Amino acid sequence: MSELGFTPDEMMTIAASRALKGDDVCFVGIGAPSAACNVARLTHAPEITLIYESGTIGTAPDVLPLSIGDGELCDTAVTTVSVPEMFRYWLQGGRISIGFLGAAQLDKFGNINTTVIGDYAHPKTRLPGGGGAPEIATSSREIYITMAQSKRGMVDKIDFYTSFGHGDGGDHRQRLGIDTKGPTLLVTDLAIWKPDPDTKEFTVVSLHPGVTRDVVQESCGWTVKFADTLEETPEPTELELKTLRDLKARTDAAHKGEAVGAKRGSKDG
Amino acid sequence: MAKFLPLSQAVADNLNDGDTVAFEGFTHLIPTAAAHEAIRQGFKDLTLVRMTPDLIYDQMIGMGMAKKAIFSYAGNPGVGLLRRLRDAVENGFPHALEIEEHSHAAMANAYEAGAAGLPCAIFRGYRGAELARVNPNIRSVTCPFTGEVLAAVPSVRPDVTFIHAQKANRKGDVLVEGIIGIQKEAALAARRAVVTVEEVVDNFDDLHPNLTVLPNWSVTAISVVPGGAHPSYAHGYYARDNASYLEWDEIAADRDRFREWMQENVIEKSADDFAARVEHLRNVA
Repeated sequence: MSELGFTPDEMMTIAASRALKGDDVCFVGIGAPSAACNVARLTHAPEITLIYESGTIGTAPDVLPLSIGDGELCDTAVTTVSVPEMFRYWLQGGRISIGFLGAAQLDKFGNINTTVIGDYAHPKTRLPGGGGAPEIATSSREIYITMAQSKRGMVDKIDFYTSFGHGDGGDHRQRLGIDTKGPTLLVTDLAIWKPDPDTKEFTVVSLHPGVTRDVVQESCGWTVKFADTLEETPEPTELELKTLRDLKARTDAAHKGEAVGAKRGSKDG
Repeated sequence: MAKFLPLSQAVADNLNDGDTVAFEGFTHLIPTAAAHEAIRQGFKDLTLVRMTPDLIYDQMIGMGMAKKAIFSYAGNPGVGLLRRLRDAVENGFPHALEIEEHSHAAMANAYEAGAAGLPCAIFRGYRGAELARVNPNIRSVTCPFTGEVLAAVPSVRPDVTFIHAQKANRKGDVLVEGIIGIQKEAALAARRAVVTVEEVVDNFDDLHPNLTVLPNWSVTAISVVPGGAHPSYAHGYYARDNASYLEWDEIAADRDRFREWMQENVIEKSADDFAARVEHLRNVA
């Protein structure tokens, strides 16, 4: 915790949560987004529809799930459908406004790798793979991405295109016949990024409080572009911080109650 | 017509060396007891199909039972990577493992196509995704009406599917509820379907008419194994044992520790041991 009164991770989650609206139908993907989506639901967007790929539609968990198929997601959902129905009717059918994804490796055009580090046939590290992400990335009307910055994670060239963002940039999506918008927002622990309207390269549009351009560049593997007019992300409000911290405390307590040592955050399967 | 059998016999009667087999469960209702019985019986050269291979496929791969895995997300949900699967893919230990990797949408469509008796599944997918480059079973078809190019993958038709479910009635009809995942499609896509259940009840007369039920004539065998999904969960019976998933990360990280754990907790145990494993999880379900 810095003298700011909140951590970079808290700023990231809260900044990401602010991007979601009450009328969004949000497919909560693998990785970090779960906290942001639920903070949005518990603060400014109580009417938001959160969907997890296990088939739970309109879920409202009291604690963050450890896996994407925790029982509480089903208990609190409007309805729970089969996995084929989830991917066919709801995702492929064009009913998802926001796909919210995390990433192991990300490039400046919002392409995501969660499959392998190294060569596919002889990988240095075999990661879990894409799960629902390849189709979430192309069938959701737009994509938000959230991840903590690091040179290992934000790279000039990803090792494998698990999920397509803007490809090589420009009109690459349209050239492949993909009519959805793709990545329109990246929220890291340091900044808010949006794609350049023409090149589609992620560009920093807002620095979080206390963050400098140098700090953003030092933890990013490509040469960072900054918008001409750079904003400062409003710091978390008391309500946002309290909501996030209470949610995390409830989550920790719940996971401790049934699983000693369950300290890790939500990383989904 | 479903036969009620002890699990050891249900597995022996329905699984063979070289089979393509699915032990399905999308985080919920994972048929761990059936997988452990298959491990005890020492099957070889299996093609393992599953959307989310987790601990049980890590265990079967680590025990050298698999020649191929067909999957869409090979992780330990909530924890991270599968270390025995990684050892097989990265180092060929205990032997090389062929993999056929898909997305969830592809696998879900492939199971559904299998259940529908179709040779392939067609869907809007894999656009820009590199899996299409490395998996020759990801192809495309052109819609004869609109000209749209769509993804095509072969249907999944396992020789046998194992699932866990909440309950059967005395006639052998099977009820699945909560996160139903891919259980119904996986069972109907297979030539033989074996179901482990928490309990058998007299009838389903007082239940909601639209619950997911597999009629007894669509199921080959049923075995009653309370706790048989542990460390996964059975909605309404017991909660997910998150501690076991975290513990597995350490066990599977070391080849010797893995073998010792398997000997002590699988080889020397039986299906009857599952009930005690979920006792402390029943009050939080």
